[in-house]
Formats: sequence, C-alpha cells, structure tokens
Amino acid sequence: MALMSYAQAACSALAGAMRADAGVVALGEDVGNGGVFGQYRGLREEFGASRVIDTPISEATIMGAAVGMALTGLRPVVEMRVVDFALCAIDEIVNQAAKNRYMFGGQGRVPLVARLPIGIWSGSAAQHSQSLEAWFAHIPGLVVVTPATPADNYALLAAAIECGDPVIYMEHKELWGLEGEVPPEPTAVLGKARIARGGTDLTLLSWSGMLHTALAAAEQAALQGVSVEVIDLRTIWPWDRETVLESASRTGCLLVAHEAVQAAGFGAEIAATVAEALGIPVKRVGAARIPVGYARTLENVARISTQQLLQELKEFLNNRGRKRSMR
Amino acid sequence: MAPDTSEANDSPAERLLPLYRTMARIRAFENAAEEASRGSVAAFGASSDAASMIRGPLHLSTGQEAVAAGICANLTRDDYLTSTHRGHGHTLAKGANITAMMCELFGRGAGTNKGKGGSMHIADFAVGMLGANGVVAAGIPIAVGAAHSAKIRGSKAIVACFFGDGAINRGPFLEGLNWAKIFELPVLFVCEDNRYSATTATDAMTAGDGAAARARGIGIPAESVDGNDVLAVDAMARELVARIRAGAGPQLLHALTYRVKGHVSVDAAAYRDPRELESALEGDPLKLAGLRLAALGVAAATVAKIDTEVRNEIDAALAAAHSAPATEPDEAYADVQDLGAGQWR
Repeated sequence: MALMSYAQAACSALAGAMRADAGVVALGEDVGNGGVFGQYRGLREEFGASRVIDTPISEATIMGAAVGMALTGLRPVVEMRVVDFALCAIDEIVNQAAKNRYMFGGQGRVPLVARLPIGIWSGSAAQHSQSLEAWFAHIPGLVVVTPATPADNYALLAAAIECGDPVIYMEHKELWGLEGEVPPEPTAVLGKARIARGGTDLTLLSWSGMLHTALAAAEQAALQGVSVEVIDLRTIWPWDRETVLESASRTGCLLVAHEAVQAAGFGAEIAATVAEALGIPVKRVGAARIPVGYARTLENVARISTQQLLQELKEFLNNRGRKRSMR
Repeated sequence: MAPDTSEANDSPAERLLPLYRTMARIRAFENAAEEASRGSVAAFGASSDAASMIRGPLHLSTGQEAVAAGICANLTRDDYLTSTHRGHGHTLAKGANITAMMCELFGRGAGTNKGKGGSMHIADFAVGMLGANGVVAAGIPIAVGAAHSAKIRGSKAIVACFFGDGAINRGPFLEGLNWAKIFELPVLFVCEDNRYSATTATDAMTAGDGAAARARGIGIPAESVDGNDVLAVDAMARELVARIRAGAGPQLLHALTYRVKGHVSVDAAAYRDPRELESALEGDPLKLAGLRLAALGVAAATVAKIDTEVRNEIDAALAAAHSAPATEPDEAYADVQDLGAGQWR
C-alpha cells in the first residue's frame, strides 16, 4: 500500500504496463516533459523518447497514428490533455478507432487507450470544462472509463491498457492532486461498479469527480437520519447493471448524479433502464444545459454542489421516495 | 498475386507485362463490379434497386489503374498500404484475394471483411492492406502511425499511403506529412490526382501548386509523374521506395491521372464536358501500355492471353460471389468489442 496522488497512480500504472510489454507506448503533446498534470512524470527518462513520444499539436494525427500503431502491433496510450481537445480528433475516435475491428471483419484490432479528462477545470471556462462521457458511451466499439480515486486510476488504467479494444479513459481534470492509498494489487476491474458507501434508503449513483460530492451529500444525509447507498459506477460502458439494479431494488429508489449536462446525459440511460426493469422512482441530477462560464459566479451555476445535491435528494425522497422523507 | 517485379534489371517488356496484368485485372474487376452495382444507391438522380447485388456507393478507379499497379509493384507483402474510398485497385495490386474481394462487395460471409465493410472499407490485412476509408484523408494519420509503429518495432516494412487530390485540403494531410517528416518515417505518400472531388473540379478548390509543393514546403521530397504511364509510375516508385528503404524518410509522389467514371458507379458525370472525357480516354493507361508492349515487340497474342486470363479470374470470382451465402445476421454482433459487446439496448 502506498499513498499516491491520482496523477501518480496513473503514472505508476502506465510505467508498470510499459515495463511488462515493450509494445506499450505513450504519445501526445508534452508527455516527454511529464505531461502538464505530471501524469507522465519520469516515463521518458525510464523508457526513452521512442516510447514516450512528444508530438506536434495535431490531435487528429495523434489519434489516427495511434490507430495505425494499434493495428500493427503496438498498444498506444494516447494523451489528449482534455476531452475538449479530443473533439479535433473525433473522426479518428469514432470513425476509425471504434469502427475498424468491426468494419474490417475482425482482421484488425485497435488496442489503444485514449486519455480524455473530463470535468470542470476551475476558471478554465467553456472550452476546457466539459464532461462528454455520454458521447462516447453512445458509440459501439468503445469502452468508457471514469476513475474517481487514485486506487481506481491505478487499477483501471492498467486494465484499460490490457483491454484489447479502444478505451476512452476519462480522468477528472480536478482530481490529479487527490491523494489516496493505492494497493499494489489492482482493486478494480473494467465494467464493475463499487459500492462506495452502504445504505438502505436510497441509491445514489455517480462517477468521476461527482462521486466525491455524492459521498459528501450522503454524509450530511446520514446526520439527518437518512441512509444513502453511494455507488461509484467506475465504467460508463459497459455499465454494471447488476450492481446498480441490485442496490436500487434493495433501496427502492435511484438518484443518478453527474457533472455532465443533465439533458441527454448518461444518467438518463441508467435511470430509464432502472425504471424499466424495476418500476421504482428514479431521478437525475446533472448540470443545466449551459456552457461553463468563466466568472466564479457563472461557473458555480454550472456545478452541482453538495448542498444542491442534498436538496435534490431530499425533494426526491419527499416527493417520490417510498421509504423515508426528510425535512 | 502481386506481380513479382523485384528484379530491377528486367527488360522493359518483362517489367511491363506483369504491370499490364495488374491493370487489366483491376479494370476487369471494376467493370464486373460496376455491372453488378446497377441501382446500388439512390444518388445522382438514380434510385436504388433492391435487386442490385452490390449495395451502396461504389467508387471506381477506372482509368487510374497505372497508379495502383506502378506503386504496388515496388512493395513487398510485408509492407503496409492505406487506401481511400476508391480502393479496389490498390487492394488488388497489393495482392488481395480476388474472390474474397468480390464476395465482400456482394455482402458475403466469405468476403475479406465478412461482408461488414463492402467496397468502401475493403481491407486485406494478410497482404498488409490496412483498409479503404470512407473519410477523405483519414488514411493518412493511420499510415503515419503504421510507419511509426514499424520504426518502433524495428520492422523493415514501409507504408504506401494513397489519397486523392481532394485530401490535400483536409487538415490530416498537413498534420500527417509534418508528423512523418519530424519522425523521419518510412512512408510513401501517393497523391492519386484524378482531378475531381466528387462532382467538383479540384483545381478550383485548391490554392497554390498542389500536393508536391505543399510537401516540399514541409521538407518532404516530392516528385510528379504521369499517372497514366505505368512504366513511369513504376520507375518513380522504385526510386522513391529505394530512398525510403535506405532511411531517407518520407517521400511524396504526385501522380496525375483522370477519373473516367463518375464519383460513384451510378453517377453519369453529366457535370463534365464530354470532350474532356474523350480526350482523357486517349491517354487510357491500359491503351498506352498495350501500345508500348506492341512497340517493344510483344506479340498481340501474349497480351490477349493476359486479357483472357484476368477475365476468367474475374468471372470465377463473380460466380463464387453469386453462389456464396450472405453474411449471417448474427455476425452483426461479432467483433464490435469484447467487453461491453452484445445486444444491449
């Protein structure tokens, strides 16, 4: 067990994969100097510039070249800095990486990991603050992962590199410095959610940065006598229906909270699935459908705060929940 | 099979005969495919016909065969190739299985891609053909990545990257060429200039002096060649491939040719002056190669025999494609992805 930051955990996972397999390479802007968040620190020194590849600011070709590398025997890890920049490479992600295996009848595989961090990055405004996980969950061929803790960033990045299909790996832009214990043996696998806090009155499902808001809201709810079960979904696609349905059937209601815009967010997919399967009350809490503004006052409007989530949770229990109500 | 033309000391006739065969094979394949694609897609005023054996847009490279044949004659089976939406010729010239290709166009399980790609996504990884592509210029970054991979893995393979004249106006052209140059990657960029971007003459859409000038602007040596003269393409490709194999980094060849057919098989290209086509047909690459063979003293019967042989090959491929079973519907769920695959709704 070691205390690591979220960035160090990812770096450690990548270093381990690169030691184990000479075919694992990392490419993207500024990776040679350790990455702008320190998530590649020391890798060029250990593995050399031919495997930790500094690239031009050419997102389409960073991603497209990674597809060509993956088709010809390498396992590239692609740095896109933030999901917002990956939009310059959307053809390469959606039409190339995600389609090649199927479209070529299984002749080629695309074992790449594309790191596309999501979330509001304080003070960075509209083009650096999006949470677009639902876009990628919509595309057949992609696995979509959203680690929330250092331990998960270690385990899930290692698993993503092993995956064999293209993985959209979405770290959170504001969790890089989050510290936590990271066990040497991975404690997470792709496609499996984690019950982050047990509870009996309501299932609160979240992922990525919003998980921490959800845990804080559950803590406050507990002080008011309401037992909230918090699930960290960890993987957006394929999402762990089994764990979510089991928990929701036990608590009798489900609230999904995410940082992404609520409208057409992935919470809608989960809520609809749970409602269809169990016929229980469901609710979504996501951001308003506005760009993230620069001024703190504007950014705060686009964020879901702990207090806001708690308030939504109370209203849900009072109006729709079957077991308990809160004042 | 790709012609074995590794002997650089072949006489011109010995060099030209296999190139002629490759071009004749491409022409015959595409003529047959065109015939089977009547009513393939609703576009250009044509309506789609459910009875059409080949579905969707079929992009023919008729008249451009010398580019594919001349380049691929200088590649080995281990070399990679990326193609465009107009990729039958490149695929055949790289040595792909003809029957499996025709089956692919017919949507058969025995197709190169199990019927999942069709003409526009045809690929044969067994011969290094990493795929045709439905998106203009999208093959360029993939080619660059394959070359980068070869360099990292210490492989001797090089990459031939085909793209059209329209592709040089997309960002991946600039990004990909710059990338190939800064990493000194073994890529032969081939701008197969058929002068049309769908229905639009590319000239009017392109500033400056085109692909070769743009390549030189970022330090990539570039040559231009008559893309209808297969011996000229072959000679130029031999030179550029030799440079790449010797470690000189990426090279670009601008091959000027002409798209004889419309954008897709159902496009009659009515937007074009018929005299332009007439004049272009004077320079048809198969016609030119036939004249050259005659001038080199090759008997007409020898050429006719090649024509017959490739026609027989294509007839056999067509017959096999007609009788092959359609791809099983269950195949729709295969090779999507391992984790998260299945009939999720």
